[in-house]
Parts: sequence; structure tokens; C-alpha cells
Amino acid sequence: MSFINYMAREINCKLVYYGPGLCGKTTNLQYIYERTNPEAKGKMISLATETERTLFFDFLPLSLGEIRGFKTRFHLYTVPGQVFYDASRKLILKGVDGVIFVADSQIERTEANLESVENLRTNLAEQGYSLDKLPYVVQYNKRDLPNVAGLEELREMINTTKVPDFEAVARTGVGVFDTLKAVAKLVLTELRKGG
Amino acid sequence: MVNPQMVMYEEEFNQIQAVVDRLVRDANAKVVFIVDKNGQLISASGDIDNVDTTSLASLTAGNIAATGGMAKLLKENEFATQFHEGEKQNIHIQLVGNRVILVVIFDTRSSLGLVRLRVKKANEELNHIFEQLLKKVQEPGADSPFAEITDEDIDNLFND
Repeated sequence: MSFINYMAREINCKLVYYGPGLCGKTTNLQYIYERTNPEAKGKMISLATETERTLFFDFLPLSLGEIRGFKTRFHLYTVPGQVFYDASRKLILKGVDGVIFVADSQIERTEANLESVENLRTNLAEQGYSLDKLPYVVQYNKRDLPNVAGLEELREMINTTKVPDFEAVARTGVGVFDTLKAVAKLVLTELRKGG
Repeated sequence: MVNPQMVMYEEEFNQIQAVVDRLVRDANAKVVFIVDKNGQLISASGDIDNVDTTSLASLTAGNIAATGGMAKLLKENEFATQFHEGEKQNIHIQLVGNRVILVVIFDTRSSLGLVRLRVKKANEELNHIFEQLLKKVQEPGADSPFAEITDEDIDNLFND
């Protein structure tokens, strides 16, 4: 649920990166953080364990510029991917405006991807959202690894509703901004309808 | 959508800011801010140049969400008040009307008793203002300022 502030002439939106454990959600945010001008970003916060696994969420505030005199600000969140952090994942989806599903392209993660996308659908439904109505994009990450599934195969499995999708290597930044821009566009288009 | 769109107008913003400004003085607080439950900062006052209010807003909302989750497990409605005691600074967090969060950061110049007392009064006033705001947002005819934006406007944002 976006927040329009007429006083500050600002519009704030919340984007959530979802996906199985170790698929690269935090890496997406880290790359965006590294490659964004200091004046356009705030501090990146990671609530992680000692072994750098996300415990609660990562948070990165970004400013994208102005539309019709309104500053557009996006708050990027990741969820903890590990299965047993489901209670936390539900909380982070509250008030979401757009979702990025980050899939791990490796063949051995097929089941984890499917489980996670199903979990996303269920958790959204619990909050009263439908994944089919929400601005939503898919990213196939880790395309540089040798043991990855074919693109068409992944599409068929994960992107059944045929939303915009992107191949990525989050570690080096391939596809990271394309994914972000695509979901940001969908969110802004949704606002035009009156959100 | 489950929640109505959160919108802030000048009139209500000024009323909220007045309450927040006064609370800083009355409670001898360092910083007072208001965040919505999704982590968006609504208003802040006090020594805000020396704190990262955006990050604090997001973490506060995460904190309230986690506490709300615990409440649910215990079959409590909400834990409306939280207090974190540090060596030099303390944070008092109050849920207002189950909609927004009022945060007071204070040090030894104040006390928990005083903060609690002042927050109670501010809570009632804020509750009233946000109720009015919600009614206004739900009135028909409150068009989105984005109804007129074009694909070109959106594309221009990304041409860098």
C-alpha cells in the first residue's frame, strides 16, 4: 500500500524480494546499494545472523526521481528465505506494493523454488492480496553457474502467469536493475489506476 | 486491497506535526517520530539531523510487526506499548489506533514516567486526527494525483 504525502510531495512504495534460501535476494539489494548515487539512497540495513543469513529482513530506501512534481521513493525489502522463518516472511509482506521473485536457476534448487513461490502465494493470500493482481516480476538468478536449468523450463515451472521475467547474475549485477525497473514501472502504473 | 491507501494532506500533517513538536518539549525528548505500520515515516521532530529516521522508521515497523506476531500467538490483541532501555538513551514505542506508531527517544534529561504521561495525551489527540484523515481518504472523489501520468512520465524516471 503506497503512501502519498501531499505535504512533502512524496510517494512511497514498498517492494519485496522473495525467494528460497540463498537464491540471491540480499545480493540484489547489495548490488543496487553499491551502484546507486549516495544522494539517491539511504543506509542499507541487514538483520542477519553471524553467518550472514537473513534473519528478519534487509532494507534499502531508494529515490528514483520526480513524477509530476512528486518525489518517488521505493523501500526495498528482502525476506529471510529459509523455510523455518515463515512467520517473519508474512510480516514483511504487509503493505507490499510490488513483489520480485528471485529464483535460483540451479537444477538442484528446483523444488525449493517451487515451494517458495507457492509459499509466496499462500502468505499473500493470508494478508488479503492475490499474487495475480499485484505488480509482480520474476528473476532467474545465478545464470553464470554450470548446473542451471534451461530458461524455458524455469519459465514453465515458476512463471506460470507469464509476468515480466529476467535472467540475472546478481553477484556481478547482470539483470539486477532491469528487474527493479520492471517492477517499479508496474507499481507506478498501478498507482495511475488509483492504487 | 486490505488497507485503504495511506494519504497525507497538508491540514492533517500540520495538526500531527504540532502534536509531535509539543511532545518533544513536554516530554523533554530528544526525538519524536510517527511511522505507519508499513515503515513509512510520517512526521518527526527534535534532534532529527543526528539520527537516521528512515532506517529507524523501517526497524520500528519491523519491531511492531514482530511483537504483533507474538501477541497473536498468545491470543493477545496487540502489545500496544514497548520500552527499550539503553545505557544513555531509551526508546518508548506506542501503537496509536492500531494504525500508526509513535516513537519517543529520550535520555537522562527525562524519565519513563514523564514520557508515559505525555505520550498518553498525545496518543488520544493523534488517534482523533488519524480517524479524521482516514474518513477523508475514503470519501469518494479523492482522485489519485497519479491518475494523469503517462507511460512517458514513468519511462523518463528510468532514463539515466
